[in-house]
Amino acid sequence: MGLLVKERDVAIPGDELAEGMDNLPAQGSYRDGDKIIANQLGVVTIQGRLIRIVPLRGRYEAKAGDLVIGKVVNIGFSSWSIDISTAYDAQISLKEGTSDYVERGSDLTQYYDFGDLVVAKITNVSTGKLVDLTMKGPGLRKLVGGRTLIVASSKVPRIIGKQGSMITMIKDYTGCRISVGQNGIVWLSGSDNKSEALAIEAIELIQKEAHTEGLTERIKELLEKNKK
Amino acid sequence: MTYTKRNDGRRFDELRPMEAKVGVIKRADGSAMFKIGSTIAYASVYGPRALHPTFMRNPEHGLLRCNYNMMAFSGSGDRVRPGPSRRSKEISQVTKNALEPVLDLTNYPNMVVDIFVELLQTDAGTRCAGICAAAMALADAGFSMKDMVSAVSVGLVGDKVVVDLDKEEEDYEDGSVDIPVAMTHRHKKITLLQLDGIIPEKQLQEALKKAEEACESIHKVQRKAMLEGYKHGL
Repeated sequence: MGLLVKERDVAIPGDELAEGMDNLPAQGSYRDGDKIIANQLGVVTIQGRLIRIVPLRGRYEAKAGDLVIGKVVNIGFSSWSIDISTAYDAQISLKEGTSDYVERGSDLTQYYDFGDLVVAKITNVSTGKLVDLTMKGPGLRKLVGGRTLIVASSKVPRIIGKQGSMITMIKDYTGCRISVGQNGIVWLSGSDNKSEALAIEAIELIQKEAHTEGLTERIKELLEKNKK
Repeated sequence: MTYTKRNDGRRFDELRPMEAKVGVIKRADGSAMFKIGSTIAYASVYGPRALHPTFMRNPEHGLLRCNYNMMAFSGSGDRVRPGPSRRSKEISQVTKNALEPVLDLTNYPNMVVDIFVELLQTDAGTRCAGICAAAMALADAGFSMKDMVSAVSVGLVGDKVVVDLDKEEEDYEDGSVDIPVAMTHRHKKITLLQLDGIIPEKQLQEALKKAEEACESIHKVQRKAMLEGYKHGL
């Protein structure tokens, strides 16, 4: 009876996680008779009675409330289509894109042109996986210049850190402006190549060692060493 | 003449040595290698991604698409002509059928998940090795799966029930029957069973029972490889 796994164990699909009715299956697991079974490959997380599997890989799945970075790929009569590196394109409607009064038939490229990068927020994901974005909110803007980096979306929480501690540290040391999208796209822009390179090095190190402990210390060390 | 001893010295219910690894193809969303004896299969998974042609789209759930390919000089015989053949199309289809029952794609309407299975080296049992690799690659890509799938070929060589036939046994002069079987891990539900040839009912039952045991040991190898891959936080 009870749990058959420990916190931070790795489970593969079909693994038995718990027996009996004391626990509840959450994301990444399901109930089969009196057992709870994993249906994803990932790390076991136990929160009270809930058993959850946190996947370590896989593509980003759009979720309402997420901040994402995307590229304008198409412009319609009254909306922009954004590639947010999921299988589905997202839409910014005219109303969510700008607060200006826009005359019917006017040129929408004056706001966001093809290929522009934007930081946007997901407002809604429908059952048919239509994703709505908005540009209205703090920090939501068009990105000018800089460079982008693609990371695994499962590593994003680690890059941001607790209450943004990690990303703030990188910003402070390198002086770069950095935006991290939940979809795994990182945009950064610094005053010179050297600081940008250092920020990229730090982010790549986080990505590589996201699962290890004491990561903050190591990143700090790296930034400190290369500061001068 | 009866088949008394296997040509490579294995017991009749012994599998060839196995090796497995996940995350072998960096650019893929999920990938795995499965090797049994000298049969080597690589599987890579891409998706979910937009499905073309669009008439194939299903707004209720995503589509699974498999592609099986034997490389040109993978076999011991003639060069395999590149491109799809009747055989490779059949195997692609049965691979898809073997994996679909455990895979949940309801979260990806109108999308497709592609699996490419490449056989670098072949010595019989390729579709089974391909299925084993593909199941691991799907899990590696983070898809929701009810269970794992393992596959093995069992059959009759001469008058003996054997597990995991190699090419030499498949071509045994007094006749042989090759039965590829794929099973889910937990309930041992059969998701693939192909049989051409004649086998008495009793021996078929015996063969299936041995397949069950063999799938169990294959699953152990698959599981170990996946845990190994994740220890490094891949």
